[in-house]
Amino acid sequence: MLSELPLLSLVVWFPILGGVAVLFVGDENPGRAKVLALTVAIITFLVGIPLYSSFDPATAAMQFQEFMPWIPAFNANYHLGVDGFSMPLILLTAFMTVLVVIAGWEVIEYRVAQYMAAFLIMEGLMIGVFAALDAILFYVFFEAMLIPMFLIIGIWGGPRRVYATLKFFLYTFLGSVFMLIALIYMYNQANSFEILDFHKLPLGLTEQILIFFAFLLGFAVKVPMWPVHTWLPDAHVEAPTGGSVILAAITLKIGGYGFLRFALPIAPDASAMLDWLIITMSLVAVVYIGFVALVQQDMKKLIAYSSIAHMGFVTLGFFIVFGLYRHTGSLNGAAMGVEGGMVQMVSHGFISGALFLCVGVLYDRVHSRQIRDYGGVVNTMPIFAAFMVLFGMANAGLPGTSGFVGEFMVILSSFKAGFWIAFLASFTLILGAAYTLWLVKRVVFGDIGNSHVAELQDVNNREIVMLSLLAAAVLLLGVWPDPLTSVMHATVDNLLQHVIATKL
Amino acid sequence: MIYQAIVFLPLLGALIAGLFGRAIGDRASEIITSTFLVIAATLSWVVLVQVGLGHTTAKVRIMSWVVSGELDVSWGIRVDTLTAVMLVVVNTVSALVHIYSIGYMHEDESRARFFSYLSLFTFAMLMLVMANNFLQLFFGWEGVGLVSYLLIGFWYKRESAIFASLKAFLVNRVGDFGFLLGIAAVLMAFNSLDYADVFAAAPLMANVTVQIIPGVEWSLMTVTCILLFVGAMGKSAQVPLHVWLPDSMEGPTPISALIHAATMVTAGIFMVARMSPLFELSETALSVVLVIGSITALFMGFLGIVQNDIKRVVAYSTLSQLGYMTVALGVSAYSAAIFHLMTHAFFKALLFLGAGSVIIAMHHEQDIRKMGGLWKYMPITWFTFLLGTLALIGTPGFAGFYSKDSILEAVHYSHIAGAGFAYFAVVLGVFVTSFYSFRLYLIVFHGKERMDHHTREHLHETPAVVTVPLILLAIPSVVIGAMTIEPLLFGDGFGSAIFVSSEHNVLEHLKEHFHGAMSFALHGLTGLPFILVLAGFGSAYYLYAVKPELPEVIRQRFAKLYDIMNRKYLFDEIYQSVFMRGSRNLGTALWKYADAGLINGLLVNGTARLVGWFAAVTRHLQTGYLYTYAFAMIIGLLILLTWFVAR
Repeated sequence: MLSELPLLSLVVWFPILGGVAVLFVGDENPGRAKVLALTVAIITFLVGIPLYSSFDPATAAMQFQEFMPWIPAFNANYHLGVDGFSMPLILLTAFMTVLVVIAGWEVIEYRVAQYMAAFLIMEGLMIGVFAALDAILFYVFFEAMLIPMFLIIGIWGGPRRVYATLKFFLYTFLGSVFMLIALIYMYNQANSFEILDFHKLPLGLTEQILIFFAFLLGFAVKVPMWPVHTWLPDAHVEAPTGGSVILAAITLKIGGYGFLRFALPIAPDASAMLDWLIITMSLVAVVYIGFVALVQQDMKKLIAYSSIAHMGFVTLGFFIVFGLYRHTGSLNGAAMGVEGGMVQMVSHGFISGALFLCVGVLYDRVHSRQIRDYGGVVNTMPIFAAFMVLFGMANAGLPGTSGFVGEFMVILSSFKAGFWIAFLASFTLILGAAYTLWLVKRVVFGDIGNSHVAELQDVNNREIVMLSLLAAAVLLLGVWPDPLTSVMHATVDNLLQHVIATKL
Repeated sequence: MIYQAIVFLPLLGALIAGLFGRAIGDRASEIITSTFLVIAATLSWVVLVQVGLGHTTAKVRIMSWVVSGELDVSWGIRVDTLTAVMLVVVNTVSALVHIYSIGYMHEDESRARFFSYLSLFTFAMLMLVMANNFLQLFFGWEGVGLVSYLLIGFWYKRESAIFASLKAFLVNRVGDFGFLLGIAAVLMAFNSLDYADVFAAAPLMANVTVQIIPGVEWSLMTVTCILLFVGAMGKSAQVPLHVWLPDSMEGPTPISALIHAATMVTAGIFMVARMSPLFELSETALSVVLVIGSITALFMGFLGIVQNDIKRVVAYSTLSQLGYMTVALGVSAYSAAIFHLMTHAFFKALLFLGAGSVIIAMHHEQDIRKMGGLWKYMPITWFTFLLGTLALIGTPGFAGFYSKDSILEAVHYSHIAGAGFAYFAVVLGVFVTSFYSFRLYLIVFHGKERMDHHTREHLHETPAVVTVPLILLAIPSVVIGAMTIEPLLFGDGFGSAIFVSSEHNVLEHLKEHFHGAMSFALHGLTGLPFILVLAGFGSAYYLYAVKPELPEVIRQRFAKLYDIMNRKYLFDEIYQSVFMRGSRNLGTALWKYADAGLINGLLVNGTARLVGWFAAVTRHLQTGYLYTYAFAMIIGLLILLTWFVAR
């Protein structure tokens, strides 16, 4: 019976409609708005669970498909469906939204209903991005998503929010315009906006290269890859805690997802030809950004840079297949790279979200993000300190936490493609530990640094709940990643076979 | 079931003490964790008897970890003789340290946290030694690193402690950098991370080469083994990755005994022994191991002579002894390395806990220049410390003698590159060991009483929770060598757990001359090493008991040399300026110039400014005055006309 429900439409539209309902409750009734928002978020997550439990891991075909004509003139349809790549990301989105609502509970006092509504609408749009199988539908969700985030940073953000929002908006918008051109070009070739038709579309090398670059611009900005990453630290610093969490945990993943859904299968020959470019950009992100993260004075900036470095593993894992295939002549180990990249996406969602929440917990009390304003937090907030050390260790990639699994798989896979790629990628072991644990040392450990720290109250029950949920997720995925990787084997194999077969 | 109990009882104890320590109280946390550990230790001895004497290999699969492509790894347990010996060492020392800590930490406010860490450490160490695949090994490997980090920084208010903990973690991460690449190389070579698969297929890889630098062919096994060994260098504190171990003494003393002497630091030794089927395929890698080990054994021993902190002297001694074990690995005497690991675990834990007992009595004074004549105030500590010292220097008959002499003999018979230097280093090291050990012993327990009046009045023997573990450790420090040398080294001690190829089998030579533990000891009385032990004792006695003013004279005469040794050969200073300051400067430069300057300033904001500038310029064309537009139209018309006419 469950399978007959339009589950995907529900998880897309229920939070959007719920968000609108929260708007109608209005800022005059913050209490009711919050309860309604939490209810909507939780129900959305619960509705999403059958997507996992009824998912058939044996097939690479799209599941839970829904199809309806939308704009017949362009042959654009309302077509939804998920595979092993999109389904976990949808669940991640629904999970993180619940936490964000909890995180804003007592902290947001200004326009509460609008704040909650923005996140719920954002949730529906992001899930729409992951579920869309029609390119125009995808594009609409992709662009619409900018609006709530623009408002979240612009209304509830910090002092330089106008600069940050404009930069965020222009940066990402510029990237996606090129993507739109590519989509329209392919529509002219295929006479369809079906993404799966694009996959099968025969394209010449020049066309592929142009299309590849169009997608690269669109998605590299989102990931963000070096050197188009400079919007991220600004956006994070100015965003409210919830905004940072969603930005880091979900919207960055849309960039990675885009490579899997568009760039790789549509332009496999161009991807094979230009893989060195992506790999170089990824390794620069890991090493160069690692050093930059080391010297940050602002906690949020540090975590933002750390995000860029960690996302480098995602793109590295996705594009290692070509070098590996050239080097060894087989696909042995390539699945590990792609799945490692996917695990890294989900894991980074938990860990970066958790770290931004931790910074939020401190910011709510002291109203500073500067590392030097803290020191010895453990003396007054021992429970918080335990969480912070746990998430710090996860960010440093300690085995037993989710942060290890993805990086480990990607490094193992890239070793097969070339020693030096793995060598450079492994720098994360040292750099990641250095910037994260140095942060922990300066903020958490030591004697009480100043009077603000001396007066700190430890985390309350609400904060314990949200941090515990993330801690459980981080540990569970670290000790037992199999439930996540097992749903994507078929999808990954299908993708690998597809990208290795040339379109020329 | 018994295996699962051994691994998971400490974890259970750690979770109870860690999560509910506040609710159940410190005392309950201590009792629960210690009881679990005592049970686990008892079970380990049972396992040793079952597995060690029966030479069976037990394998248990717990659950799947991850399956991805050809990567298929499960959580599992493998128990063979090598593991069984490690189980006994780890759990026995850990159980005694738990009990000792009840006394040592009794004034501390966060005892529940301490005991939780202690048990968590034991769990991670057990995962490491019981692993049946490289991934789980790495899990335990990093797990012990984590707990070591937490325990070095246990007194988190001290700046020196939290600095030392960060340093220990990062230096270990440098080692793990190599280790992880080594694991990747193993996976590439064997398409599996399971010990059984890898070791079975190892001989096929003997002649396979790879190109790391284009055009240069290197043996795959050499590359793999050296990468793995880099990990061992981090964890087992071999030069040049040794710098974290002396600083780790910032942690509570029971931690130094358990983690930084008996167990964690020996993980590297254990790992190489476990990987013997791979290391046997590469003589180059063995030579690297040998030379690094000899340097550590000799030069770290020298530093023990100039230290004045009681724990740091013992710490440098540990570094030097780890060097001995590494040397044994290098000459393929893996069993001798594990043998020394075991005897060392007992006598070094004894020495550390003895030092801790002295520290308690001295009210947390660690400077040996403020001690002296302690023997009459604390007889049990004094006597057990003396036994530990005699075992450490290798007095014939004591545990350390059997293991150290076996290593010396093994090096003597070895012919691989570097063996000559190694022999020189380890033999001279015997003198050095004897010298710094007796220096410490004489300054602390004999001679003038240099403590202040107040301290002297309160000097007395420590309580039974402290002294009983000392006694329990003193017994194996004396007898375990004689008892186990024959089964471990010359029987088929480790069975199939350790593989030695026939051309490297130095212990085989040793076996020919071995006629029982008793005659081995008697033979030792006439050998060169024992003469060196006596020489070390004699010079220490002369300098620190007969003419105590002489060391100061020597120190001033050789001020330059003393300065370099006192600054630990400048390793710390160089690392600090090159790596710490260097990477911060690099980070700042990349951030300010490349990121903020070039990318964000010039390209991103530059583009925005360019658009703004262009708009500002073109704005002037839109003046809003009719005559401007009329003028522009006329000009345009004229140009068009000219163009038409000219055409």
